[in-house]
Amino acid sequence: MSDDHVYLTLAEGHEDDARWAYGTGFEDPLHGVDTTVPEGVDATELAALCVALADDALVSAQRLAEWTTRAPELEEEVALANIGLDLLGQARLLYTRAGQADGTGRDEDAYAYFRDAGEFRCVRLAELPDGDFAFTVVRLLVLSSWRLAHFEQLAAHPDPVLSAIAAKGVKELAYHRQYAAEWAVRLGDGTEESHRRTRKALEQVAPYFGELFTAYDVRDEVVAVLRQVVEAAGLPMPVYRPLPGSGRQGEHTEHLAPLLAELQSVARAHPEATW
Amino acid sequence: MTTTHSAEAGAPSEQGLQEHFDATIARDQRIEPRDWMPEGYRKTLVRQIAQHAHSEIIGMQPEGEWITRAPSLRRKAILFAKVQDEAGHGLYLYSAAETLGADRADLTERLIEGRQKYSSIFNYPTLSFADVGVIGWFVDGAAICNQVPLCRSSYGPYARAMVRICKEESFHQRQGYELLMTMMRGTEAQRAMVQDAVNRWWWPSLMMFGPPDDASPNSAQSMAWKIKRHSNDELRQRFVDMTVPQAEKLGVTLPDPELRWNAERGRHDFGTPDWDELLRVIKGHGPCNDQRMERRRTAHENGGWVREAATAHAAKQAARARKGAVA
Repeated sequence: MSDDHVYLTLAEGHEDDARWAYGTGFEDPLHGVDTTVPEGVDATELAALCVALADDALVSAQRLAEWTTRAPELEEEVALANIGLDLLGQARLLYTRAGQADGTGRDEDAYAYFRDAGEFRCVRLAELPDGDFAFTVVRLLVLSSWRLAHFEQLAAHPDPVLSAIAAKGVKELAYHRQYAAEWAVRLGDGTEESHRRTRKALEQVAPYFGELFTAYDVRDEVVAVLRQVVEAAGLPMPVYRPLPGSGRQGEHTEHLAPLLAELQSVARAHPEATW
Repeated sequence: MTTTHSAEAGAPSEQGLQEHFDATIARDQRIEPRDWMPEGYRKTLVRQIAQHAHSEIIGMQPEGEWITRAPSLRRKAILFAKVQDEAGHGLYLYSAAETLGADRADLTERLIEGRQKYSSIFNYPTLSFADVGVIGWFVDGAAICNQVPLCRSSYGPYARAMVRICKEESFHQRQGYELLMTMMRGTEAQRAMVQDAVNRWWWPSLMMFGPPDDASPNSAQSMAWKIKRHSNDELRQRFVDMTVPQAEKLGVTLPDPELRWNAERGRHDFGTPDWDELLRVIKGHGPCNDQRMERRRTAHENGGWVREAATAHAAKQAARARKGAVA
């Protein structure tokens, strides 16, 4: 390899320009997949489900991106970014599917950048600020266990596109849950301070369990996972005192609007621009 | 540490070891962690690799600021992945330094206490999303010019780390250039953002190659040891020669009135960077030095309880395993 090779060829055309970074380059994430909504599937319901799951993933990815350059160790820098990138990838596929199913033909960016907080359908647990590393780990444990259980069911969904997205997501989410469970045990068992912080984080997430378990039959599985991890960590199960309201109905915490204001700031300042 | 074999009976003399080392370098073969090496070689490498690792980690900040605001989900994914790669590069490089007897935690302390440096380029601010593209084009481009020769560095673990890093950096550079191409095809405001970013990053990028050769005290020894392969001025000239046609293709102007083709030399003539500015930034008086160090220090301090918890848990696990084995 000549010393200059890479830089010299920069201005030349590249056939594979769209694929410079794995998973980041697809113009149409569902290229080659039959995107007709099958008979017997309610397209409006399918679109609403895809948007809700995409909103959870996008808002979670945004919270994980906020850890960049702030993580407790370089390995955690890499792992949190991995998880954030997986979720961002899921969001992009799901938005694209929603745009096909709801008949509007909107692309992923139309959903992410040009809807206001009241139109988002993410669960409120995803919106809460990052807090400390214990809170991030405990929230990730709850959300990834819940999403994994849900995606395992969706892998059998009659819509082939959603089914394929879910099947791909299952592998990613299994890693997210594993990562969060390992850290929850380390922190629960580690020092007095880490134990105290993790216990507090469990109490902080508990009020938001309710809206996770309303629409889908995954409650028992998720609670069993949590119980197992919490026992291994030497922590008590938190007391469940549900908050009224649900992000799935467009009822959000006060934290969502500022999160979206930041996420959407450049795109909305230049609505005519191409990026 | 310096002469690991000297305590053994019949071990080769220091002079013999030195001769063996010199011959290995002369044959263009690699020095590996278990090989004897002069203390100066080891220290120079630790200093250079640590500084490189610190640069990767501090270098996450200027672009990392834009992940949450990237204007499309595709650009968000590209930028998120790029900044993650930089954390990965930091990890490989700290590991390479550890093969020379350094310790990552200790190197991090040295960075935070200001006893070790990082590339001064990261002390400039990122003011618009175009900066993400220009950093990819210029800063990753300059890094590639500096680093591709290091893939042939005489120290094996460093050379091997650089092979992987250079491959990833070349992706980053192409991504940056492609973002700028797209922006230049966009609105008038986008084109103005790109030109403004080019104006701000051009001179600091030229300074990335270090001071001029006649003012670079460590270069000669590093070249003799084949840790370094080309002089600062030679690499800077190559960077300018390669960048000029790329700027033309993009449709931006490089902010140097003295920049012109010199047919006699077959290379571009260009102006002199403001070396006083480089010295000021290196000494800690750039626009963002304090901010960058403060962020790194805060992250490290805030993570202290997490690292302590992980260590305590590992110790408890080990104790439980021993107890289990006895019982």
